[in-house]
Amino acid sequence: MSSNVSSPEITHTPEHASGTGRIWKTFWVLSALTVIELGLGYFLYWKHGQLSYGFTLSTKLLIAALTLAKAYYIVSIFMHLGDEIRNMIMTIIVPLLLFVWFIAAFLWDGNAWKNLRNTDAGSRPAQTEQHQLHPVEKNAKP
Amino acid sequence: MSTTSIPTNTKWWNGGRSPFNISYGKVMMWYFLMSDAFTFGAFLISYGTIRFSVNHWADPNQVFNAFPFAGHANLPLAFVSLMTFILIFSSVTMVLAVHEGHKMNRRGVEKYMILTILGGLAFLGCQAWEWTHMITGDHAVLVNGEIEKWGTTVTKNPWGPHVMHEGQLVSTPGPIAFGGYFFGITGFHGFHVFSGVIINLVMLIKTRLGHFDQRGHYEMIEKAGLYWHFVDLVWVFVFLCFYLV
Repeated sequence: MSSNVSSPEITHTPEHASGTGRIWKTFWVLSALTVIELGLGYFLYWKHGQLSYGFTLSTKLLIAALTLAKAYYIVSIFMHLGDEIRNMIMTIIVPLLLFVWFIAAFLWDGNAWKNLRNTDAGSRPAQTEQHQLHPVEKNAKP
Repeated sequence: MSTTSIPTNTKWWNGGRSPFNISYGKVMMWYFLMSDAFTFGAFLISYGTIRFSVNHWADPNQVFNAFPFAGHANLPLAFVSLMTFILIFSSVTMVLAVHEGHKMNRRGVEKYMILTILGGLAFLGCQAWEWTHMITGDHAVLVNGEIEKWGTTVTKNPWGPHVMHEGQLVSTPGPIAFGGYFFGITGFHGFHVFSGVIINLVMLIKTRLGHFDQRGHYEMIEKAGLYWHFVDLVWVFVFLCFYLV
């Protein structure tokens, strides 16, 4: 089969399965992950105001982890990055690791900013926690 | 199925072959997508920073609870789930088009490209409805002691903290950044979807004209596919940051 007609410099084309089984399997995996995310989202909605701050945060982190799993399946299987050679994968993945620091540093900074505002730059104690300050009405009219 | 497997201990960088063993066009598409990922990442991280820095942020379950033709029914997450599944499904039809391209099956590529384009248009239609619904909404907001009816725009955020006013719980203006970030980021993503639809249309026309059969390979479909999957990938994160958490 003529698999490398696009350029003589390319000696390898990723193994393409003759069937579409892997594509549909990935579709079901993505759908299942989305349904689980939605389930957790509805859980947070129904239990709004009844959960501790830490529990809510952990659930949100779990949803974020599921999102990363979805991203992995899209990039690895739909975009075929998982079929490329290792050097190619690394030139994409390694620069993206900067995001780890970006996210940590900027969210930390946002939180520090809030603390400065709530305490007049540390000159007074913060009044109350945010969720006690603003009780959110459930089933609010749109 | 490939005729040659990767030879072990190949000196990839000595010339005469592509160091990453994929075509120049695909490498550059990947690097473009990586830079685009940083752009979207910067937007979303900026949004996160502002959201972390204020005491109150709009509750997505309250803001996004409408569904077309459902009147004022309270349906949080429903419409955006539909949008998410539309985009996932159009990603599947795109990857099936690429698959048919590998088999040099022009009819198959055409069929799946049409389905992908329809998926993209359906998503854009949903987004147009959602934006219209938000901008033209009329939510009671307490402004300077008076009740005003506000939609969500880049200058107005009716989703602030609730206070008691004349025996009723009413909203106050929220951080103005909400509308700017929401419309800015979903708009930038929607523009990517729009340009993806245009690219896919061009690919469909070129397929119909038999350009890829003459060329002997369907690699352009793969490159358009990379872009289209990236649009889906970004949506996964927009969905997380704006609607789920």
